Amino acid sequence: MSILRNISLRSLAVWSRNKDVFFLTWKTNFLPPFLEPILYLLAMGFGFGVLVNVLPAPYEKFSYVQFLGPGLIAISAMYGAFFECTYGSFVRMHYQKTFDAIVATPISMEEVITGEILWGATKSVINGTIVTLVIFAFGLATLPGVLFIPFIALLAGLAFAAIAMIFTALVPNIDSFNYPFFLLITPMFLFSGTFFPLTVLPVAAQDVALAFPLTHVATMMRDFSLGTYSYADLWGCIYLIAITAVAFYAAIYLMKRRLVN
Amino acid sequence: MRDVIIAERLTKKFEDLTAVDGINFAIHEGECFGFLGPNGAGKTTTIRMIQCVSPVTSGKLKVLDMDVNKDQRRIKALLGVAPQEDNLDPDFTVFRNLMVHARYFGIDKTVAENKARELLEFMQLTEKSDVLIPKISGGMKRRLVMARALINDPKLLILDEPTTGLDPQARHLIWDKINELKKKGVTVIITTHYMDEAQQLCDRLVIMEKGKILVEGKPQDLIESQVGRGIVEVVNPEQGVEEALRSNGWALEKGSDRIFVYTNDRRSVREKILKDLPSANVIARDATLEDVFLRLTGRGLKE
Ligand SMILES: Nc1ncnc2c1ncn2[C@@H]1O[C@H](COP(=O)(O)OP(=O)(O)OP(=O)(O)O)[C@@H](O)[C@H]1O
Ligand SMILES: [Mg+2]
Repeated sequence: MSILRNISLRSLAVWSRNKDVFFLTWKTNFLPPFLEPILYLLAMGFGFGVLVNVLPAPYEKFSYVQFLGPGLIAISAMYGAFFECTYGSFVRMHYQKTFDAIVATPISMEEVITGEILWGATKSVINGTIVTLVIFAFGLATLPGVLFIPFIALLAGLAFAAIAMIFTALVPNIDSFNYPFFLLITPMFLFSGTFFPLTVLPVAAQDVALAFPLTHVATMMRDFSLGTYSYADLWGCIYLIAITAVAFYAAIYLMKRRLVN
Repeated sequence: MRDVIIAERLTKKFEDLTAVDGINFAIHEGECFGFLGPNGAGKTTTIRMIQCVSPVTSGKLKVLDMDVNKDQRRIKALLGVAPQEDNLDPDFTVFRNLMVHARYFGIDKTVAENKARELLEFMQLTEKSDVLIPKISGGMKRRLVMARALINDPKLLILDEPTTGLDPQARHLIWDKINELKKKGVTVIITTHYMDEAQQLCDRLVIMEKGKILVEGKPQDLIESQVGRGIVEVVNPEQGVEEALRSNGWALEKGSDRIFVYTNDRRSVREKILKDLPSANVIARDATLEDVFLRLTGRGLKE
């Protein structure tokens, strides 16, 4: 694991750089993650949800809008990190040459990538927390489970940031991000138990959906919002950590191959 | 004197292209060392290996007694680099750029603030402290890149074309800074396409071409050994002039609109030409580093 040897707390200087930029324009940065879930809750939850009478177990006690809320948190956590570590990182790497400037200092390329991933995960925590606050304000989540949601968002953020960074290391240009978004993110967005319980799908499709990291994020978010905990949350957590580890290693390897020459 | 950089058979290959081809050099502590050469000669590639951001393909490279393959972090902590391509952070102001860069070095915030102010003052950028990077001029960016390279008080300063695009005042500012740093014992590595600049600043230099070092030495020594002290130019020569000059056994070179005669005794050469060819347009002058460069790398139309 020679890659790990070059990683230290100096990654935080990279993280801080992105955080500083974010807070320079914080007003525009906080508004979308705040407004978007409200729109979804109104349209999908209070509008469309009226058509939904009964949810399958274990959600039979809950209304559709209660089911939907945690799904929106999961989605915002996914997009937060994935956008940041695709478009955001690519702009810094390719157009702004920020990575080049940083590796000329005692910071290693591995630490740059690590800092970027940590920042991507932070975006998931920020966005996820904002959505959680909205949902809590609507009375759709309960204490104390809801307090753990930022940690789940962090876990999700790390996984999606690392996966995103793999694509950033591979794409020839910024337009190519259309592919991972269309082929990976959009299907996950729709089929991860975010808008409807996976149990309504055919068994084969359920199995595929279980491979999606977002499926596990949505389950955990929901169980912690509604208090419907089960062992699935533990397995989901382990699965996300495993995905993060593999994707992180791959991202660093591929990024070094692209940039160190 | 201690050598701060030692390169032996240093080689860099990009797939099938050999950008640096087995070069040897040593840079002494406290000197200003120049890398000159035409576009694509391998100057930037050499510098990137020294600054530990580009792995060495083969050969040996020691920087400040450390191995570039092993001690990257320790080496980089002691270097200041002004890269050829500006990579200032466009998301921040001028002042904040220095502060963020200082944080990458782990420099204490108040120390960095004082240093940043001092550097901006010297580079005459204080007025622009709070302006975003996309809103400052190209020359200001070059000056800020130079200031940024000094934020960590480097032992070794690497400047890749630091004065390209600068106005004369700003060039002199950079030259003053380099001389001041040299007095403090900082070693400076510089690349430039301005030969007058190299001649003035560099204690020693190499001229590279196609990844190889053609010559190495002090500017004045190179001038004398490669072209002689003087040059006599015959402008717009008529038919047969070249043969007439050649019959004197002089070292000649043909340019697009003139013939160059390399000599240590330009007065007598000039007199002889004017005696043989009274109508010729003749200029006699000191030889410069530019003549060395052009003679070694080609004036265009070469014999
Ligand atoms: N990352 C790279 N991948 C492939 N080839 C490269 C890379 N970087 C440089 N080269 C090639 O290596 C050679 C040397 O380039 P280098 O940038 O070192 O030249 P230079 O002497 O700095 O030129 P200039 O005066 O134009 O800055 C060139 O042929 C260049 O195309
Ligand atoms: Mg160059």
